[in-house]
Amino acid sequence: MSLESAVPAGPARPGAIAWAAQQRVLIALAALIAFGALRYDHFLGAYNVLSVLRYNSMFALTSLGMAFVIMTAGIDLSVGTTAACASVVSALLSSYGLVPGLLGGLGVGVAVGAINGFMVTRMRILPFIATLAGMLMASGTGLLLAHNQSVSVSYDTAFIWLGQGDVLGFPVPAWIALAAYVYGSVVLNFTSFGRYVLAVGGGEDASRLMGLPVDRVVFWTYVQSGVFAGLAGVILAAQFGAGQPAEGVGWELFSIAAVVVGGTLLTGGVGSVATTLAGVLLLGLIFNVLNFENGLGWISLSAYWQSVVRGVFLMAVVMAGSGAARRALRTA
Amino acid sequence: MPTSAPLLVMRDIEKRFQGVHALAKASLEVQPAEIMALVGQNGAGKSTLIKVLTGAYGRDAGSIDFSGRPIAFASPQEAQRGGISTIYQEINLVPFRSVTENIFLGRERRRFGLLDWSRMNAEAADLLRRFDIAIDVRRPLMDYSTAIQQMVAIARAVSFKAQLVIMDEPTSSLDEREVEVLFDVMRRLRAEGVAVVFITHRLDELYQVCDRVTVMRDGRTIATRPMAEVDKLHLIAAMLGRDVEAVRGHATGFTAAAGPAGDEVLSAEGLRIGRRVRDSRLDVRAGQIVGLAGLLGSGRTETARAIFGADPPDAGSIRLMGKAITPREPADAIAMGVGYCSEDRKADGIVPDMSVRENLTLAILPRLVAMGVVDEGRQRAIVEKFMKRLAIKASGPEQKIRELSGGNQQKVLLARWLCADPKLLILDEPTRGIDVGAKAEIQSLIRELADQGLGVLMISSELEEIVEGADRVFVLSDGRTVADLPHAQASARAIMAAMAHEDAAATGEVARG
Repeated sequence: MSLESAVPAGPARPGAIAWAAQQRVLIALAALIAFGALRYDHFLGAYNVLSVLRYNSMFALTSLGMAFVIMTAGIDLSVGTTAACASVVSALLSSYGLVPGLLGGLGVGVAVGAINGFMVTRMRILPFIATLAGMLMASGTGLLLAHNQSVSVSYDTAFIWLGQGDVLGFPVPAWIALAAYVYGSVVLNFTSFGRYVLAVGGGEDASRLMGLPVDRVVFWTYVQSGVFAGLAGVILAAQFGAGQPAEGVGWELFSIAAVVVGGTLLTGGVGSVATTLAGVLLLGLIFNVLNFENGLGWISLSAYWQSVVRGVFLMAVVMAGSGAARRALRTA
Repeated sequence: MPTSAPLLVMRDIEKRFQGVHALAKASLEVQPAEIMALVGQNGAGKSTLIKVLTGAYGRDAGSIDFSGRPIAFASPQEAQRGGISTIYQEINLVPFRSVTENIFLGRERRRFGLLDWSRMNAEAADLLRRFDIAIDVRRPLMDYSTAIQQMVAIARAVSFKAQLVIMDEPTSSLDEREVEVLFDVMRRLRAEGVAVVFITHRLDELYQVCDRVTVMRDGRTIATRPMAEVDKLHLIAAMLGRDVEAVRGHATGFTAAAGPAGDEVLSAEGLRIGRRVRDSRLDVRAGQIVGLAGLLGSGRTETARAIFGADPPDAGSIRLMGKAITPREPADAIAMGVGYCSEDRKADGIVPDMSVRENLTLAILPRLVAMGVVDEGRQRAIVEKFMKRLAIKASGPEQKIRELSGGNQQKVLLARWLCADPKLLILDEPTRGIDVGAKAEIQSLIRELADQGLGVLMISSELEEIVEGADRVFVLSDGRTVADLPHAQASARAIMAAMAHEDAAATGEVARG
């Protein structure tokens, strides 16, 4: 379901090195899984796999929205606090049932996304600044609504099924994330909107001169990012049984990292939905592996050290890729 | 004389920017199925007139009729939908995206609501085949040469079923064969009833393809004549607003060398760089202008970049100022006294938002720094000296360089190297995109510098410049030096013959293979 599959390989595709650079995130992911499977007994066990999927589905959603925004050469710093605010709103509405809770969370996402999009396209505020404002607004609103404490969800309705339920043996959040990625991949590769996203990111002036609805495209990427963040917030509330206004800190950085590791250029114009998912799983599994490593008892890494390791890993993957790509370009 | 109803009539167009007239009484009339040349110096108002037509700018006065109806487009997109497509000098496409996408962006073909890639790829390939281009349309645009990118832009514009296609200097990045292909396309458009407005600085091209020519000067339309009725000399005279007698004799600002050449400053032998350069050879002596001629893609720029250390060669030897050295990075070459003005002023040369002062002293900044602080007094003195010596027209040293004309920007770049007191100056297309008047000025400046003992290596696509300006000419073809001609033998015919010879051989190889 990658971009490349939509465009069948011609005779003059990039060479093996360039291919490896493109696929580096998949290679790194495979290597990490192999490492974990060989080293730890229960790494590939159902319990571990399902809990990794259940937990990381939230980051998968925020990263997907982020990927589209970054492909337009923008950035969305508000995804984490939008999720937090959405978790509060959906928790408050959860007593009315699954659907009101879900819609409440999505509504928060639409609202924050629309504000971000408005600031970026109409007021011409830099995305970094605009979404920083969106981030603060969402955070403040969540804390206000929750009176600065977590809001328990209602267990009388089906709401918690969104976070804790299973379908065909897989967690509901993982199904939601999967559906979102299928949607994202189809939109990116097989709709005009998807192509405009990449065109705008690759050359905004050129896109304008070609008559593309640049502002509308950019606006909707922010709304879409808000919706996915809102959905992540709903899952957060349903999974942990409470709306958590103080959660979401650093989610935006996780998402940006996942998108970049997934080979999407921060400068826009190039990106893929499938490798973004691989980026999310890669970063999520590094955490998982470190936990297993702690479990072995040889060493004990604190949460702080886990961050350091994750950062080093991120740097290594990105550098390995850019080095290989440079060499490939030179010989091309 | 044309008899049918004109397709486009622009009459008495006025446009002011902050009170200053950019256009005053400008007019343009184009018949259906005609190729109209639009010429004039930089600043004559050609681009402004086109922008008013396509709706990029509003107009302060005047009327525009297109297809018999008065029009006022609000944007280039609206003009495109109305039947007027524009191809810009700088290619306005998205380099990361595929050729197909760049052609179809904005009007994708769909099937069952989703994009129909196989149909779009097939249609894009068909469209380009009409232009004699057979490429893999699924690859990113940036994988292809500037010329192909330009043709893709034209293909896109044409595919909008335009009645009028405006080409704003489309040939400035094309080599001669590609220009021929473009002209074929223009003639084919004409045969199909489409009108073309063709803006170019290369006057020779006008005679090959245009039916009529409109000359602009200082925001006014000076004359519109059938192409066959004006000779080149009168055309230049009309553009410059000078007497014919004043421009007769020389097509460029070059004069003969003042004295014999001095010591060798550069000698390069057997250079091999990537795939583009296989065996190039060069000599430059002090006080000499050496021309490096060749078609686009013949390896001229690659050779120059190797000598400057920007892309070190894979094989071959370089001697600078009599010393065997292979520069690994530009700093090495600069330390040896080499300067390099690249062909792409905007991308590699100027820092647009910096002032003339800052741009001018960028290369020698390390030498102006005392204990970490720039010696502003010395900097100012140098800047003033060179602004005067090169007659740089700016409101002052603090004016932003992007506000200067192309010719004055080029002078600042020349000054940037001159103030480092180089022994060898490499000039890659020193007068590209610069208007006729400033061109002659820069050309005579180059000669003056050579006469003062500077060795100059000049790359140029304009044969006139090489023929009149160079004391010695090396001709590159397909990455090899195929001719080494002294000034007396370097006629346009001899140079073209040298290029053509190697081409014939290359074609033969392909045919045999």
